[in-house]
Amino acid sequence: MSLSAGWVTEHKELIGVIMGTAFGLVSRLLMLRSDYRQYPAYPHGKIIHIALGLIASALGAIAVPALSDKNYTAITFLTLAAQQFREVRNMERGTLVAIDDLELVPRGAAYIEGIAVVFEGRNYLSIFAAFLVSLFVMLTGWWGGLIAGAFCIGVVFRFMRGTTIAHIAQVERADVRLDGPNLYVGDVYIMNVGLDENREIIAEDGMGFILTPKNDDARVTLANLGQRQAILHDVSTRLGVLRDDGDPALLPLAKLELKSGKLGLLFLPREKDKDKAFKAVTGVPLLEAAVRRPTKANRKSTEEGAHG
Amino acid sequence: MANIVGVVTTIQGSVAGGAPIFYTKDREQLQKTAFLLEKVLDCAAHEVNEDLFIIVNRKS
Repeated sequence: MSLSAGWVTEHKELIGVIMGTAFGLVSRLLMLRSDYRQYPAYPHGKIIHIALGLIASALGAIAVPALSDKNYTAITFLTLAAQQFREVRNMERGTLVAIDDLELVPRGAAYIEGIAVVFEGRNYLSIFAAFLVSLFVMLTGWWGGLIAGAFCIGVVFRFMRGTTIAHIAQVERADVRLDGPNLYVGDVYIMNVGLDENREIIAEDGMGFILTPKNDDARVTLANLGQRQAILHDVSTRLGVLRDDGDPALLPLAKLELKSGKLGLLFLPREKDKDKAFKAVTGVPLLEAAVRRPTKANRKSTEEGAHG
Repeated sequence: MANIVGVVTTIQGSVAGGAPIFYTKDREQLQKTAFLLEKVLDCAAHEVNEDLFIIVNRKS
């Protein structure tokens, strides 16, 4: 290793760029795990995101040596990158909207918007990781870059977790009950089912859950139509769905009990395992578009009122 | 808004109006007709009472 120590200190910039790019790309790869949402599951979709992640991290990594070289115009390239990643968001939205019509249980616009925003955001995260690693390599040495990289990957994991339904609501199994044509989950009225055949299918295969909001903010979030559609889509993806096109009577539904704000869920799964179903419901991500904090807003306004 | 695209009933003269009305002999026939219409029209059959079904289209 004749070129080790001396070479590394001499080529700090190169090491910074390489390490920054590598860590940026690794963080993007970590964030690209295909999960139960099965998206993007196809190899070409992955290649697009890996390539964009590589470009993003290279941009972030190169910004530091460029700036330290007093090449301030280099920063304008970052704005170019931002432009590019907004395009990613549009692309993801376009694809998902196009295929949403063909889903038996659609994702809904709010969920699609959430996914598209995440795709854009994750590219910025990998720029940030690359920039930080590159910066620390320039300031300290390759070991500084390693520490910064490890920190960034920790941050990435934190960002990936997000909040789920389990954070805002108590999830309970409930009986699916037919009272003549009227269908109830627990005591929440769902719909009127006319045909005997559909009643039999629902009585046999229907599965019901009651989601009780934990506080007033949660009540607003659960009532959001986009959030409800996201729950139905995710649960149907994970448990399968017993329906075909042109069977509106067998559509999974979520209805509110107006007084208490409880949400009744009815779906017809292929997989009838209770634990899996419970996990599917509790694991549904909360949509940014659906989360509201009315109690916080109201508290602030009353305080302001008190202070005149 | 949902539209009523068909009415199925066993009682002659119990309903009238703009939607096509199908009269059937008995309740069994009523179920069959409603089933057929539900499948053909991609709509949901709802029970107003045991002798009167409406076929409802929710797609705008």
